[in-house]
Amino acid sequence: MGPITTTHYIALSAALLLIGTIGVLTRRNIVIVLMSIELILNAVNINLIAFSHALQNVNGQIFAIFVITDAVAEAAVGLGILIALFRNKETVLADEVDLLKW
Amino acid sequence: MNFLDQIWLIPLFPLCGAALMLLFGKIFDPQPPSDVAIAPGVEHTHDHDHHHHDHDHGHDHHHGHTHDNAHEHATGHDHHHAGPLKKLVSLICPGMVLLSFIWSAGAVIQLSSLPERSHQVIQFTWLAGLPFHMADGRLATFSADWGFLLDPLSSVMILVVTGIGFLIHVYSTGYMAHDNGYYRFFGYLNLFVFFMLMLVLANNYALLFVGWEGVGLCSYLLIGFYFHKKSAGDAGKKAFIVNRVGDAGFILGMLLMFSVLGTVKFLDVRQILSSGHFQAETAGFGVLSTMALLLFIGATGKSAQFPLYVWLPDAMEGPTPVSALIHAATMVTAGVYMVARSSALFQLTPQTSTIVATIGAFTAILAASIALVQNDIKRVLAYSTVSQLGYMFLALGVGAYWVAVFHLFTHAFFKALLFLGSGSVIHAVGGEQDMRRMGGLKDKIPITYRTMLVGSIAIAGIPGLAGFFSKDEILWQTYSSPQGSHTLYVVGLLTAALTAFYMFRLIFMTFWGRSHVAPDVESHIHESPASMTVPLTVLAAGSVLAGWIGTPKVWGLPEAFHAFERWLEPAFALVGGEATREAAESGGLELLLMLVSVVIAVIGITVAYRFYHQRPEIPDTLEFRFKSLHNVLLNKWYVDEIYDFLFVNGLAKGGGRVLGAFDRNVIDGGVNGAGWLTRFSSSVSIWWDTWIVDGAVRLTSLLVKLSSYPVRVLQTGRVQAYALFVVIGALAFLGYYLGR
Amino acid sequence: MMDALFFYLFAALVLGGAIFTVTRRNAVHSAISLIVSLIGVAGLYLLQQAEFLFAVQIVLYVGGIMVLFLFVIMLVNLDQAAKERQFNGQWWIALLCVAVIGVEIFYFVRKGASAFQMPVVAAPAALNAGGNTEQIATTLFSQYLLPFEIASVLLLVAVVGSVIMAKKRI
Repeated sequence: MGPITTTHYIALSAALLLIGTIGVLTRRNIVIVLMSIELILNAVNINLIAFSHALQNVNGQIFAIFVITDAVAEAAVGLGILIALFRNKETVLADEVDLLKW
Repeated sequence: MNFLDQIWLIPLFPLCGAALMLLFGKIFDPQPPSDVAIAPGVEHTHDHDHHHHDHDHGHDHHHGHTHDNAHEHATGHDHHHAGPLKKLVSLICPGMVLLSFIWSAGAVIQLSSLPERSHQVIQFTWLAGLPFHMADGRLATFSADWGFLLDPLSSVMILVVTGIGFLIHVYSTGYMAHDNGYYRFFGYLNLFVFFMLMLVLANNYALLFVGWEGVGLCSYLLIGFYFHKKSAGDAGKKAFIVNRVGDAGFILGMLLMFSVLGTVKFLDVRQILSSGHFQAETAGFGVLSTMALLLFIGATGKSAQFPLYVWLPDAMEGPTPVSALIHAATMVTAGVYMVARSSALFQLTPQTSTIVATIGAFTAILAASIALVQNDIKRVLAYSTVSQLGYMFLALGVGAYWVAVFHLFTHAFFKALLFLGSGSVIHAVGGEQDMRRMGGLKDKIPITYRTMLVGSIAIAGIPGLAGFFSKDEILWQTYSSPQGSHTLYVVGLLTAALTAFYMFRLIFMTFWGRSHVAPDVESHIHESPASMTVPLTVLAAGSVLAGWIGTPKVWGLPEAFHAFERWLEPAFALVGGEATREAAESGGLELLLMLVSVVIAVIGITVAYRFYHQRPEIPDTLEFRFKSLHNVLLNKWYVDEIYDFLFVNGLAKGGGRVLGAFDRNVIDGGVNGAGWLTRFSSSVSIWWDTWIVDGAVRLTSLLVKLSSYPVRVLQTGRVQAYALFVVIGALAFLGYYLGR
Repeated sequence: MMDALFFYLFAALVLGGAIFTVTRRNAVHSAISLIVSLIGVAGLYLLQQAEFLFAVQIVLYVGGIMVLFLFVIMLVNLDQAAKERQFNGQWWIALLCVAVIGVEIFYFVRKGASAFQMPVVAAPAALNAGGNTEQIATTLFSQYLLPFEIASVLLLVAVVGSVIMAKKRI
């Protein structure tokens, strides 16, 4: 094992991303889906920080702050939608919310 | 006064009379409101046994004081309604003709003193020159003027027309006195005299044709004078139409003459033809022969020769004076005059002359054969006219032009006499025209009888009277002339025999023997008034005396007794040097033939006497034994029926049917076809619109629908599926960029 | 050497937590796994000398969002959902696609690995001059002021939106 280079961080970020993607695409429970989205965002953040450190540039971290802000907002709104959905349809399963199908 | 230079007055007098009558006649002779031209009694109360081909409806019911007919008052019998000025009509019209006669006589006398014996007066140029190319390429101008030519030929004609016309006018004042349409009758009669005078006085063919057409018109008007009778109207139309056929030939001949000779003036034509420029066409049938033939066709129509004679018997529908004037003395002789006028042309065309002679002879014997068995007195005389006209054409055909004119001259006298006499008879028996219901009249109407007897003797050809001289001369010329033939002579001789027979049959049936008159009429039989008997007497005198100016030279009489031929010499100056008259004059042969014709005539009379006076049952026996022949003769050889079948039904109605079929099938078929085509094309259009145009639209929608099926499936409504698509898209992009 | 150790430790936390998040039936278990994962991420931030973000991550993400998640899980009755089938019908395809993407990313990284030859610098003076927080503050409030303000508007919108979404009657 050599020194931990940026490549490791990239690989980690990619793996987290993929796991998160699988979670988004695969799970029926919407709450889990939202959590998987958080995973994806965190993977992005890891990437940003890694490069910020590698390039000695603080912009990456600033960007990561904004990503976190965005993730917060989105999670709040998403959960609000989930509650509204649950109130109307008594379900939190994504498969059962298909009123817009053909 | 110079009669010759004011020759235009001769036709003008009757024209004035006609204009006066036709324009203002109603003032002279006002008609009662319900006037009909015919006297009452169209619906016969007599029970005629109608032989269904017998044209029994030709009765012109002239009656003065007869007829207990109930229709008498209802139809405006104007015996009691004469206007005060009616007498003026009687004075004006005959007076006009008398003036013409006097003027004509004066002009002729003046003419005789001229060295040339030919006087031409040109009033004005009628048709100005129209340049055109003649047949042989020369340039000529078509011009015809309104000019009068008085030469020996036309002088004879004007004297005949005005003289006999005057006598007939006088007769008509008595005959037509009780008829409606008195002024109209005289107007037409004067108009006719005017046109006839134009015809004979013209100096060119075009003006002659004006008169030609005019007399045809007047003939139509006068035949159909009793226009309320359908048969009269039909007869008028028939006359006009048959004439028209002939006129077509005349016009063609005139135009051909124009194209070949370059002129239509008589004197110029004769001069060109005798100048030696044209050779006599003895060998073949050249352009001159065609021209002559076409002119002869015109003459055939007007002068009632075969095959265009059929109108003349029907023309008896008109009043008897009309029959006498137009269809005996003058109009039918117009054809003879015209051919005589064209003698120069006919002398150069022996082929056509032969045709003329043959047709003349054929017509003569044909008509004589029909006249043998006719029962209507006027029909007998009508066929007799056709027969005598045939004689005239026979004479023209063999080159004896003066003889034809001579026969015309004498025939005018005795035929007019016979017709007027028959009118007198009809008047006496109250409108009856069937000879089987006459008989025994000779003591009751003596003047009529005697004059008619004179006329019959004249026509039969008994020596001493007019007919003998002219007819005999014709027969002699037929026999002896280089253009005559012995066959034609025999035909002519037979016809003479038949003529004598049927004329005396008429006399015996009408005047002799037991009376078969209907009882109610018998008491009314009376002689005609003086206005009718005086012309009869004058004509009888003429029939006796008129022949004596044309006696045969072989009789050796003084010059004056055969002046007629010499008088007409300048008109028929020989052309081409053909000696048409100077045949081998064997005096003995001529006398012998003369004797033969007399004997034949006497035989005819004797046979008629035996059949119809002594043994009246013989004709009935003969009729019974030769029933079919009798029927053929009675029905005029069925010529009318043949014409009806061929031309009326065949040409006119058949043509109408053909054209109707053409119209129905082709023209209407075309229209229907166009309609069908429109509907068909519209249905094609509908199909196109429904299946192609709308089909394209529907196809589009179908395609969209079809292509939507797979696409629809993609819209699951589930967000995760959409997310998957996003991932797949990202995957694709990434792969693309990595692959580059 | 310690770097590598800590790195692998934190990486294990992250990935393990992530995998458990995605695969647990019970939503609370997923949430707790996510917390673990996030803490691992925060550790990784610290290793990269991003102290501020480490703190922010813990405070915001774990302390805020995950608490929110847990509240919502509590609100929403997930007992029934826990008995249902967990993975939907398209997991095959999703797995396949993600694998393909993984391969692509691997290939991508392999090709471009030479571009990232920068050694890890122990004490980046230039980066954290005056401390990480000060550095971030300076840049944030000068260069990135506008995005900062917009982010605050975004948060406002999010607040309003979520309140409206969650209300019983609008």
